[in-house]
Amino acid sequence: MDGMHDMGGRQGFGRVRFTHDAKAFHEEWEVLANSLYAFAVRRGIFNMDEYRHAIERMEPRHYLAASYYERSLTSLATLLVEKGVLSRDEIERRAGGAFPLAGPSAPGRTNAPDREQFAPGDRVRVKADCFPGHTRMPGYIRGKCGVVVSESPAYPFPDAHAHGVEAQDEPTYDVRFRSEELWPNSSEPALVHVGVFESYLERAPE
Amino acid sequence: MPDQDRVVKATASMEQRVDAIQSALDERGLEASKGVAELGYLAQEVWTPKNGARVVAKAWVDPEFRGRLLANGRAAIEEFGLTMPKHHRHLVVLENTPKVQNVICCTLCSCTAFTIIGLPPDWYKDLEYRSRVVRESRTVLKEMGLDLDPGVEIRVWDTTADTRYMVLPERPPGTAGWSEERLAEIVTRDSMIGVARL
Repeated sequence: MDGMHDMGGRQGFGRVRFTHDAKAFHEEWEVLANSLYAFAVRRGIFNMDEYRHAIERMEPRHYLAASYYERSLTSLATLLVEKGVLSRDEIERRAGGAFPLAGPSAPGRTNAPDREQFAPGDRVRVKADCFPGHTRMPGYIRGKCGVVVSESPAYPFPDAHAHGVEAQDEPTYDVRFRSEELWPNSSEPALVHVGVFESYLERAPE
Repeated sequence: MPDQDRVVKATASMEQRVDAIQSALDERGLEASKGVAELGYLAQEVWTPKNGARVVAKAWVDPEFRGRLLANGRAAIEEFGLTMPKHHRHLVVLENTPKVQNVICCTLCSCTAFTIIGLPPDWYKDLEYRSRVVRESRTVLKEMGLDLDPGVEIRVWDTTADTRYMVLPERPPGTAGWSEERLAEIVTRDSMIGVARL
């Protein structure tokens, strides 16, 4: 989905709030939120793709305003309610106030029927494809060409795995793009490597 | 009849929301509190950058290990008894050179090889880093204190799949003859993310 989470290349954000040896956690509830979602994954209540997708489905203004661990907790609560483990009434009653959840999901999809295998050195193009469910193709590479650098082991296909749809595991390719081609006339020269699922790729035109 | 849709409840605090979920799961016999205690300990005491630092120091002193690490990161770290979650099926180690600076990010969420390089720092998860580092990497690195020579090529790695990345920083000058343990002490999490050189 073309959600607010798809941050790569968005403009207008200021300096990174960088400090040396910055902490991962600042408050005790953050440790608990992080551990609770990890606990639910361990218990098999949901998988990582479902977890990521429920974050993406947050209302955009809520997403932007929430801290990282609030997004994490919102995803956890959304999935527990959607899967019938807890009810929204119960968690709001226990919390003593409103408990904002993420919005509904679109249907998933299985592997692309025409996917083909690539090898290091192959020139590929990311399909100009807009899918409203969970996908791990950042918007900034849509329709762009790059070169395959390496291949990963096969992973669950996120577009299916986040939606309970059957699919074959498939590899990702580390594809090397040039920032100048991703954002013509408006980027600094660099190589940008992205792990791209096989289903998202096609052979680049000659 | 009051219009139910117009009743606005104040949003519960984060602490109240966390407690609501944890207590509800406990009441169903899922033993969330027990699981959370263990995971909180792992996140704060076990999955720390010291793990990656040991790996880096070993790669600096042992060329054969370095070769194994670059060929198959996940298998090589097992030599230290280090592990990664099941869904991280691949660890790619990115070697810096005088002419190449690798830097990792996750524009879609905030993925990292957290069991090896530690849980990500706050700035790594912020919208500023996620939006800008892929598009204006040299400026972002400079703002963060890493002012690279124009001749250094920057390679940004966006963690969009479950392959995980770790930067192998260059061994700093003036460390000849140091023990592996002493070398490990100077390796920082920021250098393994690629926003600092040692």
